Amino acid sequence: MEKTILEIKDLSIEYRTDEGRAKAANRVSLSINENETLGLVGETGAGKTTTALGIMCLLPDPPGKVTGGEIIFQGEDLLKKSDEQMRKIRGKQISMIFQDPMTSLNPVLTVGEQIAEVLYLHSEMSRDKVEEEAKKILELVGISRDRFHEFPHQFSGGMKQRVVIAIALVCNPALLIADEPTTALDVTIQFQVLQLINDLKQRLRTSMLLITHDLGVVAEVCDRVAIIYAGEIVEIGSIQEIFENTKHPYTVGLFNSIPDLDEERDRLEGIDGLMPDPTELPEGCKFAPRCKHCKPECETAQSIEPVDIAGDHKVRCLLYRASGEVTQ
Amino acid sequence: MSILIETRNLKKYFNTPKGLLHAVDDVSLQIEHGKTLGIVGESGCGKSTFGRLLLHLLDSTGGQMLFEDKDITNVNKKQIKELRKDMQMIFQDPYASLNPRMTVSEIIMEPLQIYKVYKSRQEYENRVKELMQVVGLTDKVARSYPHELDGGRRQRIGVGRALALSPKFIVCDEPVSALDVSIQAQILNLMQDLQKEFGLTYIFVTHDLSVVKHISDDICVMYLGIVVEKCPTKELFKKQYHPYTKALLSAIPRPSLKRNDQRIVLKGELTSPINPGPACRFASRCAEAKEICRRESPAYGEVTPGHFTACHFAHNFK
Repeated sequence: MEKTILEIKDLSIEYRTDEGRAKAANRVSLSINENETLGLVGETGAGKTTTALGIMCLLPDPPGKVTGGEIIFQGEDLLKKSDEQMRKIRGKQISMIFQDPMTSLNPVLTVGEQIAEVLYLHSEMSRDKVEEEAKKILELVGISRDRFHEFPHQFSGGMKQRVVIAIALVCNPALLIADEPTTALDVTIQFQVLQLINDLKQRLRTSMLLITHDLGVVAEVCDRVAIIYAGEIVEIGSIQEIFENTKHPYTVGLFNSIPDLDEERDRLEGIDGLMPDPTELPEGCKFAPRCKHCKPECETAQSIEPVDIAGDHKVRCLLYRASGEVTQ
Repeated sequence: MSILIETRNLKKYFNTPKGLLHAVDDVSLQIEHGKTLGIVGESGCGKSTFGRLLLHLLDSTGGQMLFEDKDITNVNKKQIKELRKDMQMIFQDPYASLNPRMTVSEIIMEPLQIYKVYKSRQEYENRVKELMQVVGLTDKVARSYPHELDGGRRQRIGVGRALALSPKFIVCDEPVSALDVSIQAQILNLMQDLQKEFGLTYIFVTHDLSVVKHISDDICVMYLGIVVEKCPTKELFKKQYHPYTKALLSAIPRPSLKRNDQRIVLKGELTSPINPGPACRFASRCAEAKEICRRESPAYGEVTPGHFTACHFAHNFK
């Protein structure tokens, strides 16, 4: 049995604004095992980044507020930690790669200083040792150690993202949260960075939560996938299960929306309609208004519990009963 | 099929403090009536500049443009205004390309008013209503402002505005890049329907090869200002002659686990488009580069009927 490194149970997060309470995450439950990469996939506003910020205890408060649930990391609930304790965990045991490498680096510090800063905060190493470690990690992400004293603007987009990865990995964290790490990059550069992430994951044996909207990226790096819609995990399972035994109508719609390179299709099926407003979520299934298979009970069901399909493949949909048979 | 728009050795250089930036260099393309040409490439390859040149949003540095066999390279302001009745544009970012102080109906009506198409207020309003229906916007949103709407509906406004004057030709500059996939599919379907209904000709500029494959009849791959490969869409996915096209195709992440193509990781990143030397522009990243590639740039020519490329060794790859 693999050891679970992170387990989120029924995490709910809302943003309290003048317009109402936006329910950004609704009873999100997921777990990540050691050495495993979980892809968290969803569209804009689905609650992907909110969940990630919740794990890091970095939600902007106000307006963000965790309203329930637990985040168990290595046996301890992160939500019960003090700010001081969290500061010691962030960067050392859990670190994060942000989406936009152009804005996540400090423009007035050299890249070397920015990598070294993490080591100064989390270790007792001497100055020389820190510099040596920082140069080593630069080389590990494919940047020459001679560029230690250069500033971020002297690097291209792909190189900057490598620096961000170096900063995240320098303390050898147990869990890495990557929030759309390649979305801002061109495809050929994206491919380089994904290869690097794959390579480092194996070498450093880091677990990873990869947040993305791109199912193609998921296919490149993930072991398991969770699909999130309107703040709810609608389907979760191994990559084989999700890609080849797709169950939830939303996941099916996502796959059908992507133009296929291998197949000829005249028309994309897509999904009609829009994601519901998080301040006024529908009562029953959140996807019901856009769903082709919607039945009356879908709109009224108070809470839809995830159903086991096969192994750890779970789907939150009334179409399925346990063991994956379709209800009539 | 008749050619609607054609460019011959079209060039656009920008003066920068560091030297001459070759944004578009010697691009010669033809687009037939009612077809879609997809232009793909990574950031900085000159694809958007090319689209803007066609509409005279930028002045070209050299070369020729023909629209319905008329030379439109050097035209004055009045002629440009006349031309734009036939040529319109859909912009990338539906969050930035709509005036936040105008309502949806005002935005769609503006081009009609500029050209004084109708006489009475009623006629304008009827036309706007009709356009909104065509692009799938409900009457309810006519008085809304863009910020009240989501990205998909905003892009529908952009499409409606481009269609207002019943143009023949539309340059679509990354029209779906800012949208989520499920919304992206809705807009792509809409654009295909409109093309069929009104016989539109599109240039579809994008970085996303799967989108371009879906919507285009022909594809043109650009790299640092030059066209490296151009051919019918189906052909491109079967046979690529240029090493860059091969690498680009192999780099796309696909939502499939049954992938068995050979993956090529390109070394390095885009070189500078400022004062490019005589070498092949892809030579520094190309795994197959030989001495000649660093000495002279390859000519753009036809390898097999309808399939053009610019590589010294294209014939060897047959």
